[in-house]
Amino acid sequence: MKIRLDQVVKTFDTFRAVHGVSLEIESGQLVALLGPSGSGKTTILRMVAGLEYADGGHIYFGDQDATDIPVRDRGVGFVFQHYALFPHMTLAENIAFGMKVSKTKRSKTEIATRVLELLRLVKLEGLGDRFPGQISGGQRQRVALARALAVDPKVLLLDEPFGALDANVRRDLRRWLREIHDELGITTLFVTHDQEEALDLADRVVILDQGRVVQEGTPAEVCREPNSAFVMRFLGDANRITATVRDGRAYIGETVMDAPSSSDGPIDIYLRPGDIDWRPDGNGIPATIVRVLDRPGGRRVLANVEGGTALEFDVPPETDVRSGQLGRLQIKRSRLYPA
Amino acid sequence: MIPTRRKLPRVGDGPIIRRVLIGTTLFFGAILVLAPLIVIAVEAFGQGVKAYAATIAHPDTRHAIFMTVATALIAVPVNTAFGLAAAWAITKFDFWGRRALLVVIEIPFSISPIVAGVAYLFVYGLQGLFGPMLEAADIKILFALPGIVLASMFVTAPFVARELIPLMQAQGRDLEEAATSLGASGWRTFFSVTLPNVKWALLYGVVLCNARVMGEFGAVSVVSGNIRGQTNTLPLHIELLYHDYQAAGAFAAASILATLAVVTIIAKVALERRGAGRRPALAAATNEPKAGNRP
Repeated sequence: MKIRLDQVVKTFDTFRAVHGVSLEIESGQLVALLGPSGSGKTTILRMVAGLEYADGGHIYFGDQDATDIPVRDRGVGFVFQHYALFPHMTLAENIAFGMKVSKTKRSKTEIATRVLELLRLVKLEGLGDRFPGQISGGQRQRVALARALAVDPKVLLLDEPFGALDANVRRDLRRWLREIHDELGITTLFVTHDQEEALDLADRVVILDQGRVVQEGTPAEVCREPNSAFVMRFLGDANRITATVRDGRAYIGETVMDAPSSSDGPIDIYLRPGDIDWRPDGNGIPATIVRVLDRPGGRRVLANVEGGTALEFDVPPETDVRSGQLGRLQIKRSRLYPA
Repeated sequence: MIPTRRKLPRVGDGPIIRRVLIGTTLFFGAILVLAPLIVIAVEAFGQGVKAYAATIAHPDTRHAIFMTVATALIAVPVNTAFGLAAAWAITKFDFWGRRALLVVIEIPFSISPIVAGVAYLFVYGLQGLFGPMLEAADIKILFALPGIVLASMFVTAPFVARELIPLMQAQGRDLEEAATSLGASGWRTFFSVTLPNVKWALLYGVVLCNARVMGEFGAVSVVSGNIRGQTNTLPLHIELLYHDYQAAGAFAAASILATLAVVTIIAKVALERRGAGRRPALAAATNEPKAGNRP
């Protein structure tokens, strides 16, 4: 089912959480709403679910205007951040709940069969008689997903699905959710503040800031072509150097680099840690190493360039770098944004 | 081998302090609580089982028991419904005056019951606000069961709500939202999701409410008019017997009330074991700290 948001607005008391957001989610896609806290991403998700009503604009499911359809009748599966499993019901009863209360009557055996099928899907066979308090967080999350899928939703919505889990469980569940999505082909929208999660999992990423969409695209598009300094910073570690542009060239202190499409005046140059090459001598921006942080895959170097700007970059693990060392930095790649 | 040190008491856990505190508690518990209960039992049967049975069988006593039970049968369900509605409204909705409502619900806790009784007198009494109107319509509220029920309800209004509000606040709205998103109706959500999760706290509130309704003296004594065999509840009847120098009768009637109270306490302890009236063990499954990512 295709979902379309058209100029959706939501205000809480005096705070405008969502400013005229328009979005299109193609049928069968897995889309991430990514943004810092307070960016309105959860509010958008809850409006799509019908847990919150839009103050303005429209939400379409396919060709149908779903804006005013109550959550009960909207046919969405919603997975809550803290799972919201019914603590007094077994896992099987939790999963069966939606089928039991549904307007379409199902026989007892039919429900039982479906519950077993879903328990198998979420890899919790044989745990149907447990209570939510007796299983781990990752297992609860899977039960919550099974419960949401039990009612054959047109759309699956997940609110920070892995937010409360530790890193390893998170990574496993992420891959697993992708597999389930590919298997079922259900249109899925999820909210996260974790860039890695969004980039790993989603077909398309929608980046939000202060209730507005700032960029949307495939993970490759948003990573390679961030359209603003905000997106650049938000997606990962980024260094910023201030420079001045004159006649299509940017001046960083003594160093000059090409900036063909920038107009004259101050400019911010953004560099990922991998965009910088370190050399003990030769050409480049002079820098002093302040600290070296050792990591499993390499060494992260914290350095100061002249003027006191701090930069971070990565060097291969065997590189000999020490704090206090002087050297040169070469810029391999960079993105320029007006200051 | 590592030498083991003598086990030291924990900080603030001196043996003298401990003994003194435990001793004092036991001593006061015995003379303040236990002794009077024993006296009731002893005095009630002081003139033999026959005299005890005669007192219980006396029509006035039987009527007093009837009045007390009837009051409880009306007041407790009404206050349970009120408590549920109030707790639901306060914890699940945002509305103007929510905090004020919380305070209003608590008022009966801090007001002396006799003040409530007198207030009812001024509202429903002959010289009161609705008095003439009620008399014209031939409705008797004061000095009759309705007045007693109203006064008891006023005094016990907060009991159920007070038990439910903290629990329902801790549970938040997630469970109800989940049920609704799965297609459950409002009633279905209430009976299948909300109620089972608060049932022990609810029962605990009902038990406390019932104990107080049955034992209420102050407010009821003002509005009942103390008519023997007609508007006397059990506590009022005990006082009456006592003033009539029928000590054995008073103690016999008191023993019934005390028995009701003890049964209530046992029910309360049993419920507490199930996790009611404490921090909700039930909500543990959903109780990870709320990260507040919602703007």
